[in-house]
Amino acid sequence: MESIIPSSFDDDFSKNLSKSDVVRIQNLTFQYYGSTSPVLKDVNLNVAEKEIVLIVGHSGSGKSTLLRAINGLIPHQHNGEYTGDVVVDGLSVSRTNMSELALRVGYIFQNPENQIFMFSVERDVGFGLENLGLQREEIRERVNWAMGLLKIQDLALRAPHELSDGQKQRVAIAGVIAMRPKILILDEPTSLLDPFTARELVDLVLKIREDLGMTVLIVEHRLDLVAKISDRMVVMDGGRVVLEGSPRDVLSKADVSRFGVTVPAIVNLAKRLGLPGKDLPIDPPELETRLRTSRLS
Amino acid sequence: MQALKKVDDLTNVVVSFDAVDFSHPNGTVALRDVSLKIERSELVAILGTNGAGKSTLVRHINGLLKPTHGKVAVFGQDTRSATSAQLSRQVGIVFQNPNNQLFAQSVRKEIEFGLRNFGLPDNVIEDRIKWALDTFSLGDYAERSPIELSGGEKKRLCIALVLAWDPSVLILDEPTVGQDSEQKEKLADIIRELISERKNVILVTHDVEFIWPLQPRSVLMANGSIIADGPAQQVLARPDIAEKSSVFVPQLVDFSIIHGWSSPFPPTPEAAERKLRGV
Repeated sequence: MESIIPSSFDDDFSKNLSKSDVVRIQNLTFQYYGSTSPVLKDVNLNVAEKEIVLIVGHSGSGKSTLLRAINGLIPHQHNGEYTGDVVVDGLSVSRTNMSELALRVGYIFQNPENQIFMFSVERDVGFGLENLGLQREEIRERVNWAMGLLKIQDLALRAPHELSDGQKQRVAIAGVIAMRPKILILDEPTSLLDPFTARELVDLVLKIREDLGMTVLIVEHRLDLVAKISDRMVVMDGGRVVLEGSPRDVLSKADVSRFGVTVPAIVNLAKRLGLPGKDLPIDPPELETRLRTSRLS
Repeated sequence: MQALKKVDDLTNVVVSFDAVDFSHPNGTVALRDVSLKIERSELVAILGTNGAGKSTLVRHINGLLKPTHGKVAVFGQDTRSATSAQLSRQVGIVFQNPNNQLFAQSVRKEIEFGLRNFGLPDNVIEDRIKWALDTFSLGDYAERSPIELSGGEKKRLCIALVLAWDPSVLILDEPTVGQDSEQKEKLADIIRELISERKNVILVTHDVEFIWPLQPRSVLMANGSIIADGPAQQVLARPDIAEKSSVFVPQLVDFSIIHGWSSPFPPTPEAAERKLRGV
């Protein structure tokens, strides 16, 4: 397909990229071919290295499209009208081929079934590496490392289709982590998981950031799970970024439920009690601590 | 566990499981000695880890699965002697994965399909389609192919088309997955309305935050067995019990315990605020 090279593209732009920004989205507008209005409208967003960015909004607000503009599915796989620019790890996405981008951006789908298909877990985790044409030894080493990190070594020879959803999710993540991308994207990763497994996944995301220094973008509805680990919360509505800030800031300032976000019960209670501000309590122990130190208005 | 029922309450039993075991053809045991009675206008939440037997259990209610041992009866009729077609008129089920139940060319036709199969008159079919499209904000998509919808929209469509044929028992498998706050609110309203019409809603879910304000009878499952069954205030308010089914207690319960309150715990942030302010 032919992607439209942004008219405003400035060759110096990527050189001027701030050292710590691994994703820089500038005036991005995208309209799917055959659609009557753009799904993304003049989106600007910079993501710093090692940041965990939580993206929320109604279904259809443009969250998934935005993620696809970062891993290159847009504009390379989806036909449409593309203006503005997305720079990932110094590379302009619209001018970089998908395989180059795949080395930098790992993508975990909502349903791990979409990315698991080999006969054994081990082969599945190594699939992306085999495609890179790496040496057999290097592949083995990286697969073992990724399986160790995800604690799935004992599943190495099992068939992925017999695993539980939580295990499949881990296999999918191991396959992506083995590629050692700079950026990890997770699109509603907990929706099929039970609460314990979901919380394990959230802990794992934090560990991936800490131990591997990866930058994480995550679309997730369950704020009670992810608000606390996120550095920044980005609210999308009608293809635009409408709110942005620390989760506490965003949750305390606005009624985010009108953007489709389910406000955790504790946040709702804290706001009712008149305890907003940058120290807005977002979980039960925080609320209790806050109540011990302040009077109700 | 529930108190013993008086004899005259037995006529109110809508679904009953009597010592049900179920094994898959490959020998895997999915249900072990499950006994459960659901009465008219009860709202029941079934919780537990993936693989605990929740989906297997509800598939027995609409007759998709029949017990290996024991008996399942729906409105007094043994599911072994009823056809799925007979049961599906009374028991509507919305599966976890909406792709399993969508196949028509358009959203409208998808809703129409079941209604035609049940042989309803044209004017009733038209009314029900309109109701379903309006209630679930699907009007704009009426002529679109269901394949084009997002995951959350497909789920909404599945709920809409099952509700359109007005079943007495509605089973929803993970209904809140992929739904935004408005849709969840709407779903909660519909559930309350169905219960007030003396119907039954059975929710299979991990979403304790969604169900806590509805205060359902809560059934916890693990390894194919029921390990707890009682009011939300007894089952979901006990971290030690909830944990056995890999469920966390709702945030308001967690807070109530930390704050030193004893049961009953507030079902909503509004109720918690009143309690804190002492009004």
